[in-house]
Amino acid sequence: MQFFRPSSLREALEIRAAHPEAVPIAGGTDLMVEVNFGRRRPEAFLDISRLPELREIRREGPNVRLGSGVPYARVIRELPDQVALAQASRTVGSPQIRTRGTVGGNLGTGSPAGDALPVLAAYDARVVLRSSTATRTLAWRDFLVGPKRTALAPDELIVATEWERAVGPGSFSKVGTRNAMVIAIAGLCLQLDEAARGVRVALGSVGPTILRAPEAETFAAGILDEVGAWSDRGARVPEEAIARFGELVSAAARPIDDVRGTGAYRRHACAVLATRALTWALDDRRAAAMEAAS
Amino acid sequence: MLIRLNVNGEWREADVWPGSSLLAMLRDDLGLWGTKNACEQGECGSCSVWLDGELVCSCLVLAAQADGRSVGTVESLGREDALHPVQEAFLEAGAVQCGFCTPGFEVAVADLLRREPHPNDETIREALSGNLCRCTGYQKIMDAVHLAADRMGEAAR
Repeated sequence: MQFFRPSSLREALEIRAAHPEAVPIAGGTDLMVEVNFGRRRPEAFLDISRLPELREIRREGPNVRLGSGVPYARVIRELPDQVALAQASRTVGSPQIRTRGTVGGNLGTGSPAGDALPVLAAYDARVVLRSSTATRTLAWRDFLVGPKRTALAPDELIVATEWERAVGPGSFSKVGTRNAMVIAIAGLCLQLDEAARGVRVALGSVGPTILRAPEAETFAAGILDEVGAWSDRGARVPEEAIARFGELVSAAARPIDDVRGTGAYRRHACAVLATRALTWALDDRRAAAMEAAS
Repeated sequence: MLIRLNVNGEWREADVWPGSSLLAMLRDDLGLWGTKNACEQGECGSCSVWLDGELVCSCLVLAAQADGRSVGTVESLGREDALHPVQEAFLEAGAVQCGFCTPGFEVAVADLLRREPHPNDETIREALSGNLCRCTGYQKIMDAVHLAADRMGEAAR
């Protein structure tokens, strides 16, 4: 077994090209479980945990670029205004996991239960991949192609994810057996985009990969329009419409029965999470409207 | 491969298999048995140590990834004849039963109290959410954290 420890991204990409069998390791919170249990014996490791290029957070105007090697603990501390992402990060594992685990790792593992992934989907995020010869930027849905399957080529590394910040309330919530160390049975991110008058919803753990709920999104944006809530944040949205939104989100799920929960339970959970998330977002907007008026 | 770590202020080295975890190196190569091996999947927190000052599960870090870095283990907290206030508090509050999870808890509590000298219950529960204890039911551990916080607060005054 070999161990490569590059000191720059360039060097890492050269090693990646020459040794495609070397498995990249950053925080190790997924990979080491496999190694410890003898389920994986990589021929070689490529340690990317100390590459400075992957540990940067850059902001230019509304654009955020999050290096793939930034651990969740830093996302919580340094991106508190990306509310849904910070919330999702805080539900990942435990403090010990959050000091090591990275959003790049969530992407690389590509599990539909990765907590950061519904947020990236609701942010319309792009994934930046590099090889020693080229850079590719893929929309999240072109990168996450199936359960634990991604579009990453054997000579590429995930270097960052980037998105344009949507102005408006957003949240991440998930259902599981406890508040920490839990793989979500269902997870949901809702993000309002006040400028585009849009509502975006993404679901995790309820399909082969992360899912958006386009019909529910169109319905919610339309209802807010109908009641005049886009221009008047204090306007009331009828309870029945919020419930209908929950049904439509639930209908977008494609869940299976597994050890963590049944498909029926997951569908129900999606409706509950969706109605709660929309209610929180509308409450936030009303509170802001009242504050502005007083 | 030869790995060098600064463990509790002292440079130590060992020749380890490249797939070896930091936990395995600490226990099997360096004879530091305070750090416990239980789940090997980051669930239980028994192997908690500091890596460059950050709380991590040493079972999820490759020893090779820690090469040249500083590691703090439970042995850095106190000794049998000079316990750390967190360790004293665990004994006094009855927060130790079988004791297997105790080193990991003590490291996590010491880490919390460095950052937050007077944590409330919610903060403590979140900070210790990565450590499992199957004996105490946690209430005595909560008591121990408050006791340690009070003592350390008084000592600092």
